[in-house]
Amino acid sequence: MRFFFRRTMQAAFLLIGVSILTFLFSALAPGNYFDEMRLNPQISPETVAALRAHFQLDRPLPVRYGRWVSSLLHGEMGFSFAYNAPVAPLLWVRARNTLLLTLTATLIAWALALPLGIWSAETRGRLPDRALSGATAALLVIPDLVLALGLLILAVRSGWFPTGGMLSVGFESLSPAQKFRDLVRHMELPVLAIVLSALPILVRHVRAAVAEVLDAPFLRAAASHGIPRRTLLYRYALRAAAIPLISLFGFSVGALLSGSLLAEVVMSWPGLGPLLLESILARDLYVVIGGVLCSTAFLVAGNFLADVLVYWADPRIRTETAEK
Amino acid sequence: MIRRRRWKRWLLVLAVLHGIVASAGFFAPYDPAEQDRQRPYLPPMKMHLADTQGHFHFRPFFYGEQLRGGSFDQFEENTTQPIPLRFFETGARYRWFGIVPSRLHLFGAGASRIYLLGSDAYGRDQLSRILYGGQISLLAGLLGAGLTLFIGVMIGATAGYYGGWRDGVLMRVAELFVALPWLYLLFALRAFLPLSVSPVQAFFLVILVIGAVGWARPARLVRGVVLTAKERDFVRAARGFGATDGYLLRRHILPETSSVILTQAAILVPQFVLAEMTLSFLGLGVPEPVPSWGSLLASLQQYSVLVSYWWMYVPALAIVPFFLGYLGLASALQHDASTGKIENTIGGGRW
Repeated sequence: MRFFFRRTMQAAFLLIGVSILTFLFSALAPGNYFDEMRLNPQISPETVAALRAHFQLDRPLPVRYGRWVSSLLHGEMGFSFAYNAPVAPLLWVRARNTLLLTLTATLIAWALALPLGIWSAETRGRLPDRALSGATAALLVIPDLVLALGLLILAVRSGWFPTGGMLSVGFESLSPAQKFRDLVRHMELPVLAIVLSALPILVRHVRAAVAEVLDAPFLRAAASHGIPRRTLLYRYALRAAAIPLISLFGFSVGALLSGSLLAEVVMSWPGLGPLLLESILARDLYVVIGGVLCSTAFLVAGNFLADVLVYWADPRIRTETAEK
Repeated sequence: MIRRRRWKRWLLVLAVLHGIVASAGFFAPYDPAEQDRQRPYLPPMKMHLADTQGHFHFRPFFYGEQLRGGSFDQFEENTTQPIPLRFFETGARYRWFGIVPSRLHLFGAGASRIYLLGSDAYGRDQLSRILYGGQISLLAGLLGAGLTLFIGVMIGATAGYYGGWRDGVLMRVAELFVALPWLYLLFALRAFLPLSVSPVQAFFLVILVIGAVGWARPARLVRGVVLTAKERDFVRAARGFGATDGYLLRRHILPETSSVILTQAAILVPQFVLAEMTLSFLGLGVPEPVPSWGSLLASLQQYSVLVSYWWMYVPALAIVPFFLGYLGLASALQHDASTGKIENTIGGGRW
């Protein structure tokens, strides 16, 4: 339990650190939402000043941070100037969509990367391995933006995938099964973009981890005892290779979130990405902070899951923490 | 440290690629801002070797394009008007590497215009804009990587050399930066910087933002090298002779980090070029009319462009050979130095 306590403290530190950091940056920012209003001759300077005072933008930074934390505890996360509403409900809808996309992409990417990586490591130096290495190298030199835009053009010109948005017009009138189908159809393209940009790196990591274990002396010894190759691979090698892969899973969450952000913006998926971009352009301070924090929370959750998995998979951690 | 020479080949490839972009004025037939309002969204012209009668010509030629009768956006070839391709033509003025004034271009077509990669909404030549745009994007990537490495080395060296509370604080902050999804971080930083600025200011803003995002990974690696280097016998001996901290760092410790820094540079530059592209694509980077690989793609956010004008996507492909070159260089450097952990080799350290 000490292990989990320590990890929880780290997660809390990360979240608090990010919130303080974003507030610090926001204090350095030379403009705010109300600057645009100041240019409008129909709005008097007094009104702008009153609005600023109302939203407490004229107060010192620690006070603003304190107010924000208290509004977070009330489940509001500050106030969006552009939407004229508390931030949390706004974020919640978008975060759900982002989560849907990122989770699906993460699952598919790992479900593909594991068998491909293992296969590649198993046939090291032979044809399947070489073909896979070539394919991952080819995917690796295509940056995610180029890939996403290319897929979008392909979809628009071929009509194979629906593009833009998350739901079709008239979604409300569909039956539940049709609704599900419609959602899945709209998810195909962004998920494909995210998976393809994450896949080569995952496959290479899986291959490296498994290959390293296959070279380990204990496996050579086991092989010389006459244990069949299959048993060796699935029973012993994979268990040993699992630990670096689980920590990689933690890292991959961050990368997949970034990939998802880009795919959302390019393919106009109504997730955190477009909201964040829009609020940056409108200087909608608290929405930006909320969006960044939201992504941090996802990241923390992903890492926490990785920690749980490591705890379960690695007996060394269990004994180490039990001894203390 | 570096034994084999594989990295030199990749360096040569990259030097050629960068050379082409750096001398964009020569390779680009036109000025990137020159407009041709008669031919907006002109598709890439076809190069011909045989004319309509089937006669073969050694000099490749093009046919001038004109609007198809009754249409306002469809072009057709005017076969009565061949435009021969000429090499080493004089054309628009430019400065070679920004210094030497010249009018010499690799190719051109005299008074007529040829569009090898089509034209954009204002009839500006895509090829010229891609070449000139590369200067902005690559420079932003290179300067951003330089800035990030500078920050990273400073912080890493401070943390590793002095240790104690400095190490603790700096490395906690570095962990924070490594953990966050980098695109969100990029957005967050950009969010709090001014939006409507001149292209030059925007360019330096982008470099600042990109440079400030990536320092954590090099800092951690440099710290690791410094930690072992400062315990070396010759360093201890130098300290015994009364060398100051600054002298030790400069003379003995930082040279040890050179291989890590080189590898990190090869990893960071393409990433940062892409970061500039992403920011400019989203309208947060270098704005029109200055071309950059990102701002050239921005028009693809309009559905009509996406559907009808596929050649607006070509600028995206320009970055691919650079990615290939840098990826090859990074893995060759790591392979040759054989100090790289798997963690950094795979995927060009994108994570």
